[in-house]
Amino acid sequence: MSRTLAEKVWEAHVVRHGSGAEPDLLYIDLHLLHEVTSPQAFDGLRLAGRGLRRADLTIATEDHNVPTVDIDKPIADLVSRTQVETLRRNCAEFGVRLHPMGDFEQGIVHVVGPQLGLTQPGMTVVCGDSHTSTHGAFGALAFGIGTSEVEHVMATQTLPLRPFKTMAINVNGALGEGVTAKDIILAVIAKIGTGGGQGYVLEYRGDAIEALSMEARMTVCNMSIEAGARAGMIAPDDTTFDYIKGRPHAPSGADWDAAVEYWKTLRTDDDATFDAEVNLDAAELTPFVTWGTNPGQGLPLSANIPDPEKIADENERVAAEKALTYMGLEAGTPLRDIRVDTVFLGSCTNGRIEDLRAAADVIKGKHVASGVRMLVVPGSMRVRKQAEDEGLDKVFLDAGAEWRQAGCSMCLGMNPDQLAPGERSASTSNRNFEGRQGKGGRTHLVSPLVAAATAVRGTLSAPADLEN
Amino acid sequence: MDAFTTHTGVGVPLRRSNVDTDQIIPAVYLKRVTRTGFEDGLFAAWRGDEHFILNQEPFKAGSVLVAGPDFGTGSSREHAVWALMDYGFRVVVSSRFADIFRGNSGKQGLVAAQCSQSDVELLWKVLESEPGTPVTVDLTDKTVRAKDLVAPFEIDDYTRWRLLEGLDDIALTLRHEPEISAFEGNRQTWLPTTDPLPAV
Repeated sequence: MSRTLAEKVWEAHVVRHGSGAEPDLLYIDLHLLHEVTSPQAFDGLRLAGRGLRRADLTIATEDHNVPTVDIDKPIADLVSRTQVETLRRNCAEFGVRLHPMGDFEQGIVHVVGPQLGLTQPGMTVVCGDSHTSTHGAFGALAFGIGTSEVEHVMATQTLPLRPFKTMAINVNGALGEGVTAKDIILAVIAKIGTGGGQGYVLEYRGDAIEALSMEARMTVCNMSIEAGARAGMIAPDDTTFDYIKGRPHAPSGADWDAAVEYWKTLRTDDDATFDAEVNLDAAELTPFVTWGTNPGQGLPLSANIPDPEKIADENERVAAEKALTYMGLEAGTPLRDIRVDTVFLGSCTNGRIEDLRAAADVIKGKHVASGVRMLVVPGSMRVRKQAEDEGLDKVFLDAGAEWRQAGCSMCLGMNPDQLAPGERSASTSNRNFEGRQGKGGRTHLVSPLVAAATAVRGTLSAPADLEN
Repeated sequence: MDAFTTHTGVGVPLRRSNVDTDQIIPAVYLKRVTRTGFEDGLFAAWRGDEHFILNQEPFKAGSVLVAGPDFGTGSSREHAVWALMDYGFRVVVSSRFADIFRGNSGKQGLVAAQCSQSDVELLWKVLESEPGTPVTVDLTDKTVRAKDLVAPFEIDDYTRWRLLEGLDDIALTLRHEPEISAFEGNRQTWLPTTDPLPAV
């Protein structure tokens, strides 16, 4: 029977099929941990007298709470420090490999897995973090789980799950100059809405997706959850294999050949059908930004703020009115006229080396606008080192930006990098929810290229605007 | 987990769609390592506004939240469920739940009752016209009742069964330990482990 990529990976991991209403039991190949969603799970194991079944399929890093300056000093926030120290104690007690603050492999959990070569095609990958969908870029079935499920995986290395439905997101055509993976995914979310992917695994397909680099594919899959989908996937190909080859945990020798042979079977069969399909023309896409307080409230940068009065659906109209009030924006304002206070370049969406290179290329020889602060936060210490080897740190510093240590930073208000109430950001992160970047903060989601151009002009801008 | 059959309590109309988990509990409250005491973080930003529904009598004592579509979107934080339950909520009614939130609810014994949007609107009207109206949520016949209104809701049969029985997922899975071991014995040998690599 013909099957989709998601169905192939699912079936290869079924420990037992459920009967009737009972879910399937799925084996988990890789469990990623961080300090925020794991402490109560470790506690649960201790209370029940259970062990961690497969420490050798588990790895931890510190990312959400960590400061991105002065990392040689103890974390000033005592509650954050306790959480990080709790992770260290738990990992020591249960024998879990941990990359702590300051370690060369430390970084955002979704940057660390792929760069170590731990994320490979056809695997099941979970983490107590919704952006686990990132790893689907390798053709893995990867999704975020809650703390109860974290404990479940710790105790059993499995999860009881009901099969997802499948949705093809076909993106064909060639992207224009200055249009990136971030613009693709923001356009997808605007098209299908924040609930459009609920219950589905999205498979991104088409020549525009095949043309993307591995890191760009991670950006696309990363934000699948913002469309409500648990997971997003892209079929592995030579781009995928080239990226993995030679990484610390990649197979080698005869194992490599066996793995690649299997990975090449991980494609949706030609005559397989999806439960839903969505089509997007890559050639029509332009730089995309959000104007509201959910990631579906986005528009091309050339557009104006929408008028809620003209929105037919009552729930959406009320949501738009509330969003504009929170964002301090007027209907009809050109998006390009919106002035920002802060530009954040980083996160598990856009904190990889290619993101930093793209932004550096725009900002090189220019300067951050007066009154604007720009934070550049590499997704991992390894990315940071690579950027420094390429001189990117100097490009950003010369432009007046701040060059930080690795972590989740300003993507979420859990560490010292936050917006002040009323402050407005252009951010390469993934969520523009109320208060996401700090209480009262206002977020516009953008690509690294738009972030860099916005930093220079002080208003939402694309690189092309710098040439005028 | 405590078993759940029926619950009757004050219904709270929350006329908002896309209530994401950052609104249910902001990240700053996620730094704790304990499992209880998250009620202070529930809707923290909105509770600063005296007009917010949970700051009004008799809604303060609410235990059945009736919200707009796409409830619980965004982050996977189970703290969102803990905060709702620590505050006293036993049921959330919405026409559409985010998948992770619904899963987390099922693990903790919070009932995520999926009603039609038209029934949600009717519930809102009842709860707003007569604040304090008790709402009864019956998991055995899958209905939400308030005054004369009887609204059916959907919940998957397996979660419903576990909630009715108050069963622990991990214990259920461990009954299949031999199958897990058998599966492990057949995994490809080239799959990666996280064992530290020898220094080069």
